[in-house]
Amino acid sequence: MTRVQTRRITDIVMTVIALAVTSLVLLILGAILWTLLSNGLSALRPSLFTESTPPPGSQGGLLNAIFGSAVMTGLAILAATPIGVMAGTYISEYGRNSRLAHIVRFVNDVLLSAPSIIIGLFVYGIVVVQMGHFSALAGVVALAIIAIPIIVRTTEDMLGLVPDALREAAAALGSPRWKIIAKVSYRAAFQGILTGVLLAVARISGETAPLLFTALNNQFWSSNLNAPMANLPVVIFQFAMSPYEDWRQLAWGGALIITATVLALNIFARLLTRKRTGRS
Amino acid sequence: MALIDDADLNRIRRIRNGRLADIFFRWLTWSFMALVLLMLGGVIVVLVQGAAPALKLFGFDFLITAKWNPVTDEYGALVPLVGTLATSAVAMLVGVPASFAVAFFLTELCPYKLRTSLSTAVELLAAVPSIIYGIWGLFVAAPFFQATVEPALAAWLGPIPLIGQLFSGVPIGIGILLAGLILGLMILPFMTAVMRDVFETVPAVLRESAYGLGATRWEVVWKVVLPYCRTGVVGAVMLGLGRALGETMAVTFVIGNAHRLPKSLFDPATTISAALANEFTEAVSDTYTSALIALGLVLFLLTFIVLAAGRRLLLRAEVAKTGGGK
Amino acid sequence: MTQLHTPSLAGALHHPDGEKHVEKISVRDLRFYYGQYEALKGINISIPDRRVTAFIGPSGCGKSTLLRVLNRIYEMYPGQRATGEVMVDGDNILDPNLDLTKLRTKIGMVFQKPTPFPMSIYENVAFGIRLYDKISRADMDERVHWALSQAALWDEVKDKLHQLGTGLSGGQQQRLCIARAIAVRPEILLMDEPASALDPISTAKLEELIEKLREEFCIVIVTHNMQQAARASDYTAFMYLGELVEFDTSEKIFTNPSNVRTRDYVTGRFG
Repeated sequence: MTRVQTRRITDIVMTVIALAVTSLVLLILGAILWTLLSNGLSALRPSLFTESTPPPGSQGGLLNAIFGSAVMTGLAILAATPIGVMAGTYISEYGRNSRLAHIVRFVNDVLLSAPSIIIGLFVYGIVVVQMGHFSALAGVVALAIIAIPIIVRTTEDMLGLVPDALREAAAALGSPRWKIIAKVSYRAAFQGILTGVLLAVARISGETAPLLFTALNNQFWSSNLNAPMANLPVVIFQFAMSPYEDWRQLAWGGALIITATVLALNIFARLLTRKRTGRS
Repeated sequence: MALIDDADLNRIRRIRNGRLADIFFRWLTWSFMALVLLMLGGVIVVLVQGAAPALKLFGFDFLITAKWNPVTDEYGALVPLVGTLATSAVAMLVGVPASFAVAFFLTELCPYKLRTSLSTAVELLAAVPSIIYGIWGLFVAAPFFQATVEPALAAWLGPIPLIGQLFSGVPIGIGILLAGLILGLMILPFMTAVMRDVFETVPAVLRESAYGLGATRWEVVWKVVLPYCRTGVVGAVMLGLGRALGETMAVTFVIGNAHRLPKSLFDPATTISAALANEFTEAVSDTYTSALIALGLVLFLLTFIVLAAGRRLLLRAEVAKTGGGK
Repeated sequence: MTQLHTPSLAGALHHPDGEKHVEKISVRDLRFYYGQYEALKGINISIPDRRVTAFIGPSGCGKSTLLRVLNRIYEMYPGQRATGEVMVDGDNILDPNLDLTKLRTKIGMVFQKPTPFPMSIYENVAFGIRLYDKISRADMDERVHWALSQAALWDEVKDKLHQLGTGLSGGQQQRLCIARAIAVRPEILLMDEPASALDPISTAKLEELIEKLREEFCIVIVTHNMQQAARASDYTAFMYLGELVEFDTSEKIFTNPSNVRTRDYVTGRFG
């Protein structure tokens, strides 16, 4: 066999392997989504949205869990957004290449990729132990701590994309620094930062591990932040592991709701970014 | 002209307010930045403090003891540590070549029209919550593994010496092999997305000149693209490994939660995160809780080392890409 | 307060028609450092009011740096500092106690690339005014109209004042930035290669505009385009390696320079 032939055969073999692996991967990932869709859709009944989680062996819905997830995610993002945006602003606008900024960037990256169950342990230590009981508030804190690094990172990246010439132009008009940031930098980076916030919402709405020992779960409707609160991920976890068919069905329904929400948020965020790059 | 008129007064007032606002705003952003630093500091302090009683009691033996007995209040991290490392190893063994293959497909083989939509699909899959992978593993993959895959593996690979040991035992579906594969599947879209990004940093001229010399597609990727962004690819793998080590939900459903040292890949076991998820709220004694937090500390250190290394490599790749900075 | 000019460089401020000019900016022994690197090595120059002064020279000669000292915009970045004296109307603007905000009301700046803020055309122009004055909507409309007309942009944008400034063409964006700069009624206009990102037609329009604005402002322009300096400026300063080599009327610099390096540069022999 000549050298050229060997090379050609290697190329063909590798191409076939790559094609086969890609097809297999796409097939399996497709199968996951398909299972989710078929099981989830059959669980999707109106009662899913009107009734609370049932005791074993009876019918019910996920109303309390959906409500709890929405409340905790919402509050967490309300707390995380200003904190994350401000911290990102410091790194990008004031810190820049200073030693401190490098340290904060690194610390933020560590937090960004720390296992979320560790965040759960942390919040257990600082909130649950101090309060003496599990609570929705602890869940909110845990989710916020997961969202903050994401928002810090995108804010910093997006402010970094704002050309310095814009800042100089505003400074040359005599604008004070805070006004340059608030009126020019934020405006120029608005869509990017919003994208980051949306991605953070998507991320924390699917998080289960940090809620296991913070918000815990609650079989009943509760809007009390000072008490355990039901939430979709933990309900899915507990119901899916249970031996009861009704509960498993509800778990599939909840899984579908979560996945649909997360994917919708991601797609929306993507559209936002595309519009931004399309215009400039 | 009057010495100072109203408009001047107004200007002076605005300028002074602007300066005060400047100081305030800077201070505000600084304090939130400090909060981020405090958060990491807090995580470390809480973990160390919580783990201290157990570590004092068991000493260094904690890491190498396989015992995990809530009745006698004796704990060792060996089993969950082995489980964590074993599942992650399986995940990387399968996930790295597979994500490389998919990235190769997406950057070189895929028809242009499909490229963007497929890449987007991969990135979206990376966002699917890990609990979804977990319940799919439990309900769909586990029965299939028990009935088909594991008996087949045992028949094929079982007779081979050394390796055969890994594929022996009772095929029950749930265990290290399945947990590792589900993990690999979960981190695959993520690693593929990062690898694809890294591949895209290769200058078009480099690729074109390789093709111009008559290189095949495989040769372009294997001999030009991969060496060019080696550090970036290793960084992507490290980030994937970091995720695999720390992942909770994709594993907890399918690992079996058994505190026994596994002898085969088919055996049920536990990982650090699965042990935490399953046992933390049920831990009754203080030593039990402390031992679990100590597990958490071990996991944190493990992921910290891997992620720090990964970030460093990715950063270096980025610097190399932009031409070594200014 | 203004003072009568005493020429710091022989013949510099004698316009061909022999009229006397009022000195607006006087730079004495200005040195500038990027960290350890000395980018300006003792500059002395006197810039007249209501005239156009151009800084030319090869890239890296310090012409942009000199311009960026005049409104202290360099202070946004750590590690950059200036020593010496820059007197504007008798005040040393390098004095650390000087109110930067006030200084920058007096000195407008236009950049190499157009820098419209991500807001409407109207808001772009109103931005600077709002920093200092709280005025009624009607007064603001009038100021915006005035500034846009001064910048020869009004007719082109009067029907789309509330569209994004970033949607304009490059030349229009640059004139918008000029309108934004003059809306706060500065006395000095600094322009850092304002035409380098523009096509020839927009450049011609911009030069026309500069010709008109010189009646009211002290204009300092940095350019790498010698034809532009010759066409648009009254005085030209040639800089090389952080030093001011020659400063004279543009006519003299471009027809009969006294320094051999200047001659080499304007005749295209180096740089």
